[in-house]
Amino acid sequence: METVEQIRDRLLARFPAAKITLVTNPGAAAEHSLLFDAASARELALFLRDDSALALDYCSNATGVDWPDKEITDVVKTTVPDPAGGAPKIIEQKSTRMQPGCLEAVYHLYSMAKKNGPVVIRLRTVNRTDQVTLPSLTPVWRSCDFQEREIFDLYGIIFEGHPDLRRLLMWDEFKDHPMRKDYVEPDDYEWEPTAHGTVLERAKAHQPAAPAKEAKP
Amino acid sequence: MSISDLSFLPSAQGPSVRAVRDQFHGDLLEVSMGPQHPSTHGVFRMVATLDGELIVKLKPVFGYLHRNHEKIAENTTYLGSMPYTDRLDYLCSMSTNWAYALAVEKLAGQSVPDRAQYLRIIMAELTRLVNHACLVGFLFNDLGTSFTPLLYAFREREKIIDLFESLSGSRMMCNYQRFGGCRIDPTPEWLKAASTLVDNFPRFLDEYETMLTGNEIMLARTQGIGRLDPKHAINAGITGPVLRACGVDYDVRKVDGYGFYPRFNFRVPLGAHGDTYDRYMMRILEMRESVKILQQAFKELPEGPIMDPKAKIRGFRPKAGEAYGRLEGPKGELGFYLISDGSPNPYRYRVRPPSLINLTLLEEMCLGHTIADSVVILGSIDIVLGEVDR
Amino acid sequence: MSDAPSSPSAPAVGAGAPGYTPFPAAGNISDADREDLRRHGVLMTSFEELYNWGRSNSIWPLQFGLACCAIEMIAAATARFDIARFGAEIFRPSPRQADLMIVSGTVTKKMAPLVVRLWNQMPEPKYCIAMGACAISGGPFKQGYNVLKGIDRFIPVDIYIPGCPPRPEALLNGLIQLQQKIKGEKLTGPDAARFTRADKPSEFPIPDYGAHDLEPTKNTTVWSPPSPPAKV
Repeated sequence: METVEQIRDRLLARFPAAKITLVTNPGAAAEHSLLFDAASARELALFLRDDSALALDYCSNATGVDWPDKEITDVVKTTVPDPAGGAPKIIEQKSTRMQPGCLEAVYHLYSMAKKNGPVVIRLRTVNRTDQVTLPSLTPVWRSCDFQEREIFDLYGIIFEGHPDLRRLLMWDEFKDHPMRKDYVEPDDYEWEPTAHGTVLERAKAHQPAAPAKEAKP
Repeated sequence: MSISDLSFLPSAQGPSVRAVRDQFHGDLLEVSMGPQHPSTHGVFRMVATLDGELIVKLKPVFGYLHRNHEKIAENTTYLGSMPYTDRLDYLCSMSTNWAYALAVEKLAGQSVPDRAQYLRIIMAELTRLVNHACLVGFLFNDLGTSFTPLLYAFREREKIIDLFESLSGSRMMCNYQRFGGCRIDPTPEWLKAASTLVDNFPRFLDEYETMLTGNEIMLARTQGIGRLDPKHAINAGITGPVLRACGVDYDVRKVDGYGFYPRFNFRVPLGAHGDTYDRYMMRILEMRESVKILQQAFKELPEGPIMDPKAKIRGFRPKAGEAYGRLEGPKGELGFYLISDGSPNPYRYRVRPPSLINLTLLEEMCLGHTIADSVVILGSIDIVLGEVDR
Repeated sequence: MSDAPSSPSAPAVGAGAPGYTPFPAAGNISDADREDLRRHGVLMTSFEELYNWGRSNSIWPLQFGLACCAIEMIAAATARFDIARFGAEIFRPSPRQADLMIVSGTVTKKMAPLVVRLWNQMPEPKYCIAMGACAISGGPFKQGYNVLKGIDRFIPVDIYIPGCPPRPEALLNGLIQLQQKIKGEKLTGPDAARFTRADKPSEFPIPDYGAHDLEPTKNTTVWSPPSPPAKV
């Protein structure tokens, strides 16, 4: 099977307007993935499925991942020569910036015809708040049907072109997207026998204040 | 007289099912085969729209057993999630454990000693025997035989889970695999008992098949019911015996060759029609092949450690990265997708549930059949709600 | 046969418990004379005793398996553990015909209104067994946005069976304890059983699906959070 770089080059040759990035996977598994942009994702997916060399006709897994906004501290070290003639000083300048987070959909593609794989593709939303739409790959691989509904339910990514996008696991009136990293669970820990951490704090808030000690009769 | 089209549903099988309301046809009836039902194999709900007895629309509703396993895993260490994987597919805890261990070992680049590989195959194939026997029992429950085939299947299940209990301490929630090997080494007596059980298993299968396979009523009720087209099945991500019943030769044990499966000599049964009868026969034939694999494994089991000596149990922190590990569970392709950020807890932990994805084409399989057939079709797909809803 | 309740000197305790006599004394006849009569083929008992005996030995559970514990419940009904010995092998699919609800498995918030609805549909006398850690208190899935921390938040539970999953023998033990409880129930008097009293509710309000959680999150008439143990 072709390597990820070869697939990327072939896709770029076929679709020059598409933006495809290689995302390296630093771990031992070395499953590198391709990041597609939302506008061309559908046609790239169709090509991957229908190409005779790749024949990626089976989408095994579709997952959502939440990357929250991250505060990144940039440290710039400048060497300033000492006007008094001594050793040069190193001054550190720290500046923080917010790297905007995003929601991501990851698809694992295999080929049942050629019995190889996986090819991992990723789609990222613009941000986590208002621009959370991605093209749905259900018209390409039907197996994404329920999985994209689950990503919508748990992460909040809206898939355009999905035939029936509604919640899968939670009830329809539920408002939150529970798998996001900033989700706060409802508070029903009125008493926990082995509470610890945040649950202990929340359970304590429910208990009445300890009464004053009564004198023994 | 006015004819209004209520729903025009293109069906995968060819001619579409039209539901019309006019003075000759009555109203359509919407039935909720609700979460509490004797034959929905757990808390699974199907909202079926019926024209008389024929199904014109079927929408499954999930989530009644959603126990947020993936969210809990983000707050638990890698090893701490192992007992939770037991409770995903609660009939097949050994192979679900192995799938998770496989994914973590892929993520961390952990190797597994030979004896542990053979033990894993033994446990996985024993689990396949348990699962397929119970599935046939539950399928016949749905066909109306009330309890008898299930009692026969549970008799064999009790023998096998007695072995699991003496080995791992628990009948169902075995928690047996670890990252880098297995937890407990079976004694020679255990191996002898297991080997004897496996050698006697074909006799049980013969008894089972004599009762069930040629049965007229079963043939009439399962042949031609719930046909699945192979092209649609591949596109819908169907895996496991349901896919192989359509004739597609895809078994992850042969394709990926994980563990030491390439050393074993076994065949992969394929069906011809993709209907419920073929799915039933898949399970019977796969049980026979599993017996072959087990007999080979008991003969070739090497001595040695069951755990990689370099495996880190405490303070296990795989390097940042991601991995997708999959294996051929009894229900289909079971995969775990893990993203690590270098901390003891996974950043993202995802279970690829075969039962949920095999339900993608439930509506297409049931259209045009009666509601009684939908129960049989659901039974033949083999779902476990712990896995569907996680 | 006498209709009078058991004499105050012999409190009505369930079968198998210490202090239990098979034919509780009624009226002025001593138990030794009663035993003598029994050997001659004459049975003397109270109506309450007979009624409770009949009810406890033919409990019909509702076929209601939620999760993993359901498999152990089915295993308890199979030939090896044989719940049929206790008269309870008829698992009814319809709640109208059942008198025991074995909540086996995790109750999620999505499922909780349906459990309460099924409970309401069961006719009195009815009992509930919470089987497994998840039904008692949420179990291993307690940290969960969708997990109800115990079914006793909404319906009254008679027997709790801990375990994850409890062995089928543990379920049978729980069933035996329920049988003892039923045999000890009184039909008249100030502490009569729930189903004889018009003031005790047997139907409970069904919670609604809210935007973030069930509304209400618990039924305060049935359950209140236990107070933490006093510090020693």
